[in-house]
Amino acid sequence: MEPATLSFYESCLRKGVSRRDFMKFSATMAAMLGLEASGAVRIAKALESKPRVPVVWLHFQECTCCSESFIRCSHPLVADLLFDSISLDYTETLMAAAGEQAETCLHSTIEKYRGHYVLLVEGSVPVDDEAYCCIGGRSAKQILEEAADGALAVVAWGNCACAGCVQAAFPNPTGAKAIRRIIKGKTVVNVQGCPPIADVMAGVIIHLLTFGTLPQLDSLGRPKTFYSRRVHDSCYRRANFDAGLFVKSFDDENARRGYCLYKVGCKGPNTYNSCGIIKWNEGVSYPIQSGHPCIGCSEEGFWDNSPFYRRIPSINAFGIEATADNIGLGIGIATVAGAAAHAVATNIRKKKQIENVDTPS
Amino acid sequence: MKSRNTNLREVYVWELPVRFYHWTNALCIITLCITGFIIANPPAIMNETEATFTFWFGKVRFIHFVTAFVFFFNFLYRLYWGFVGNRYARWDNFIPLKKKQWKEFWEVLMVDIWMIRNKPVDSIGHNTLAALSYLALFVAFMFQSITGFALYSDMSKSLLPKLFGWVVPLLGGDLMVRQIHHAATWFFIVFVIAHIYIVAYHDYIERRGITSSMIGGWKFIEEDVAKAEENEQ
Repeated sequence: MEPATLSFYESCLRKGVSRRDFMKFSATMAAMLGLEASGAVRIAKALESKPRVPVVWLHFQECTCCSESFIRCSHPLVADLLFDSISLDYTETLMAAAGEQAETCLHSTIEKYRGHYVLLVEGSVPVDDEAYCCIGGRSAKQILEEAADGALAVVAWGNCACAGCVQAAFPNPTGAKAIRRIIKGKTVVNVQGCPPIADVMAGVIIHLLTFGTLPQLDSLGRPKTFYSRRVHDSCYRRANFDAGLFVKSFDDENARRGYCLYKVGCKGPNTYNSCGIIKWNEGVSYPIQSGHPCIGCSEEGFWDNSPFYRRIPSINAFGIEATADNIGLGIGIATVAGAAAHAVATNIRKKKQIENVDTPS
Repeated sequence: MKSRNTNLREVYVWELPVRFYHWTNALCIITLCITGFIIANPPAIMNETEATFTFWFGKVRFIHFVTAFVFFFNFLYRLYWGFVGNRYARWDNFIPLKKKQWKEFWEVLMVDIWMIRNKPVDSIGHNTLAALSYLALFVAFMFQSITGFALYSDMSKSLLPKLFGWVVPLLGGDLMVRQIHHAATWFFIVFVIAHIYIVAYHDYIERRGITSSMIGGWKFIEEDVAKAEENEQ
């Protein structure tokens, strides 16, 4: 572990990063965060002067796709710089230490940098039976509560940590819960997605480092810079949506013309993310551009709103698969049948009343 | 000629604002249901049109949103009329707090729904069971308005939708709010079916002109029932 007094810039220079590359990186990040022109300078200044921030990266019930995404940042320097310049003191998948050593590392970081380290969490935490996720003989909940207590900021990576993702989907056997449901009295930054876009993850960290404050969050705890607009609003196929030009099935003529994927289950209209702008794999493409509907992976409970290829989700709670429309139609037909039966009964039971006449002529 | 000599009095039951509200509301609900279902599952029209030249889906959504605002304010107006309107429009019809109302509730169940008894129920305005179904409807109106505004809040700059932004996290995200908003549509459809049937039933049995009373406002009420009501006032 290097001394925490070294600044980001200094540690960059040590790695042989040129001043020019450093400034390029600062400018990229400023653009990503949507800052004004002077933002790049602010970021550069912060990285030059502020001491490195120690980071604890915890893994609970997850698949590590967030880490995988993170190490594939589009800017070549982002991953390098972040991994070198934020002091990643504890992260199970990437650290060299193991077993006792790793545990010691975690504890020493938590104690030594109390109130100064950033806690990044990947994965959900089981609360019904904590035994489902244990590391080093302690449950995920215990570790999280201890680590969160002295953290400067808590960031939840991905849908697992933000909303429970697939583990929390019905019937949620482990009682998986989102990080913000467990940590009390601390704002959790929810960096949503399954996984989140690498550049978004980097952007959030740079924001924390540069301004020393949490980014502005929406009502679900997601940074507004990246999650204030729906995938739908930045979709290049949006014009087809408004024009009512839809793909009916994946291999039809409309699909070939690149029409809107709304009818094949696109969740873009209800999903807040910046896939349409930043895109994936160094800006190559994103699901809709590749002809696949958005599955809404940055939204709470997106698994329960399945199937992915239909707009209306199935309701599995009754044991049989049905949609709200099937059930509604059933109730509607039952109502009509009930009314008809009632009408017949009325004619029989209230015959006297109906034929209540005295004919004078 | 089939005819009957009765001693009926004409009673003004539904004031103009109530009737206006009723038909505006009916039109809004029909429009909202139709456009709502189109928005949920639009037809995939096969054609060669460029997106530039058409906007039909945008128009459908526009109609849905505008109608929703009309529907909401019409509803607010009816709530206001519940405090200033005549005795048949007043709020206390819909929230049964009196013993007499609950007695009537059971009577309606016995006479009109299960048809165990034959003696007709003597209410001039809403009977208690009907009023309770309207209370449920008002709750559904409120619910549908709130979830609708919540869904709309992120595309809008105006105050009203913004007021309900908090509903989205409460119900578990945009997708869930959308599904609930969609499923709730069926409540209105079922209500409309039941409502129309029951109106027809009452007209058929009681012959008080209940159907046309929502147009003209007047009902034919038996002299003794009208007198009893007058004495109560």
